[in-house]
Amino acid sequence: MVDVAASPSDAIVLRRDEAGPAGAKPRHALSRRNIFLYGTLIVVALYYLLPLYVMIVTSLKGMPEIRLGNIFSPPVEITFEPWVKAWATACTGLNCDGLSRGFWNSVRITVPSVLLSIAIASVNGYALANWRFKGADTFFIILIVGAFIPYQVMIYPIVIILREIGIYGTLTGLVIVHSIFGMPILTLLFRNYFTSMPEELFRAARVDGAGFWGIYLRIMLPMSLPIFVVAIILQVTGIWNDFLFGVVYTRPDTYPMTVQLNNIVNSVQGVKEYNVNMAATILTGLVPLIVYFISGKLFVRGIAAGAVKG
Amino acid sequence: MAAAIANPSVSIQDLSLNFGVMSVLKTLNLDVAEGEFIVLLGPSGCGKSTLLNCIAGLLDISEGRIFIKGKNVTWEEPKDRGIGMVFQSYALYPQMTVEKNLSFGLRVAGLAKDEIAKRIARAAEILQIEPLLQRKPSALSGGQRQRVAIGRALVRDVDVFLFDEPLSNLDAKLRAELRVEIKLLHRKLENTMIYVTHDQIEAMTLADRIAVMKGGVIQQLDAPQTIYNRPVNRFVAGFLGSPAMNFVDGHLENADGGWHFLADGLKIPLSTYGFDRQPEPGPAVFGIRPEHVSLNSGAGWPFSAASKVEVVEPMGSDTLVWLQLAQQKFSVRVTSERTPGNDEAVTVGFDPMRASLFDAQTGNRL
Repeated sequence: MVDVAASPSDAIVLRRDEAGPAGAKPRHALSRRNIFLYGTLIVVALYYLLPLYVMIVTSLKGMPEIRLGNIFSPPVEITFEPWVKAWATACTGLNCDGLSRGFWNSVRITVPSVLLSIAIASVNGYALANWRFKGADTFFIILIVGAFIPYQVMIYPIVIILREIGIYGTLTGLVIVHSIFGMPILTLLFRNYFTSMPEELFRAARVDGAGFWGIYLRIMLPMSLPIFVVAIILQVTGIWNDFLFGVVYTRPDTYPMTVQLNNIVNSVQGVKEYNVNMAATILTGLVPLIVYFISGKLFVRGIAAGAVKG
Repeated sequence: MAAAIANPSVSIQDLSLNFGVMSVLKTLNLDVAEGEFIVLLGPSGCGKSTLLNCIAGLLDISEGRIFIKGKNVTWEEPKDRGIGMVFQSYALYPQMTVEKNLSFGLRVAGLAKDEIAKRIARAAEILQIEPLLQRKPSALSGGQRQRVAIGRALVRDVDVFLFDEPLSNLDAKLRAELRVEIKLLHRKLENTMIYVTHDQIEAMTLADRIAVMKGGVIQQLDAPQTIYNRPVNRFVAGFLGSPAMNFVDGHLENADGGWHFLADGLKIPLSTYGFDRQPEPGPAVFGIRPEHVSLNSGAGWPFSAASKVEVVEPMGSDTLVWLQLAQQKFSVRVTSERTPGNDEAVTVGFDPMRASLFDAQTGNRL
């Protein structure tokens, strides 16, 4: 105990003595633990970043410089020619308007597919989580099983179905295919998220007189921004990166960017233009890359939120 | 059972609810009078919340009928039943302000703007939440949230209020405060209220009548004092009262010119006990509440016996003294000034008039 101090300043001194160690715990920046930890992290990061570095460096070189063969050296003379060529004039088959055509095709495929699949899947998940309709469990099991069936099994039947409907080779057909294949995982995602919301909220809304759509639009939707962000990221990157469905269900003039990239890179005529190929690849990967950079934190949060309850 | 009520506000007739093969509520009947405060009391899993959800229309029943204000609402939507409900977790819409929370139901119903404003003003005044109207629920304390939740039922101008353990998420002090407020609210509004709780203090203090439930069946439906003093079976006797009622196992015998309860050397005369039915000799359970037993208060009791103090539990306002009677645990409630010491020899005395006798097999009151 502290004695009654004679003056205020004495009291302060006494208290300081009594407090003992204060402030943050001292840390040693170069402890063995830190060196090991950060060393490993840096090595692994370099290992993963190296290919990207090579791609960027190569895409900025002219062909003569590339032929020198030193792939790690930075460009002596920086040129954006390959980027322009990859975007605007590279040839695939008969079209010589570069990746731009594929880019816009991919946009026209991705945007409606993402919107359609998320709109349907969120309502599905909401209905499964909150309105325990008859056969809900069976429906859910069928949906989950659907997620495990390999795509290859369904490719040919879907070709026939699309042909019979008359939309084979069109963007509409591909949008429908993407929406259907996104359904199991998205529905699961939304169902789990809505299940984790307090059920009494749903009951209160029912007592307040809101119906199926009223509760969905006015109560559930405003509360589920994180899971929508997750779903958008999953779908945008998934559909943008898709190659298989793109090559099977579209025609050359409606090929998505990935298919067109493959055609540019794998064309056998003439000289292999490594710089153009690198630029084209980076351009194609740019959209998912940007999506990840913008939404990194939200993505993690949303995945965590969706994973709380099974 | 109380006599049938004319024009009941809520009437539940032969209600059954099954989840698959499990029967949650079993042909249950309950009539609630206009303006009555009914408490459904029971341990968790007894079906009390389920029954409330059935009344609210949030659960589809398997059999039976539900009437509210004389209208058959068995298959009506919750909003058409004239009920308002208050939930344990408050269930406020987190993205809306208090005002929007209160008005949500009215906006869904498409009420005129000035009517909505009028009703919110009235509810906010009654519940004293006017300064909170523009806040989000996350910026409210537990007590304030529950007030808003009550307000949401209030603005809808309903006939019947349903409370689903509304105070369970609050700390002890707030719970006591809001309990009084709910009672005041009931006096002011004079609505029918059905209140679910597992807290016997809430039940005793709030209810006009308590329905004690167990296993989907209403065990006893009566005024709190009647339930407390004359429980119909051993479950009700043990569930109500804290500290709990003392139970002594023994048997009944008609000897020496009257009925007696015998247990391991004890012989309790039952001449003052009011039997519900003609007693028969055989095993029985003798129950008496700790506060109906007196310690060291001399002769003059119809029954008294010597014993020794084992443990003393001071509880502030009074003290619980544990001892042995007929080789069985027995507690006595005394004022804190008269607390005996450990191992002290004492005499207990009581009047069997205040006791409850139960059949050893069925547990029913004798």
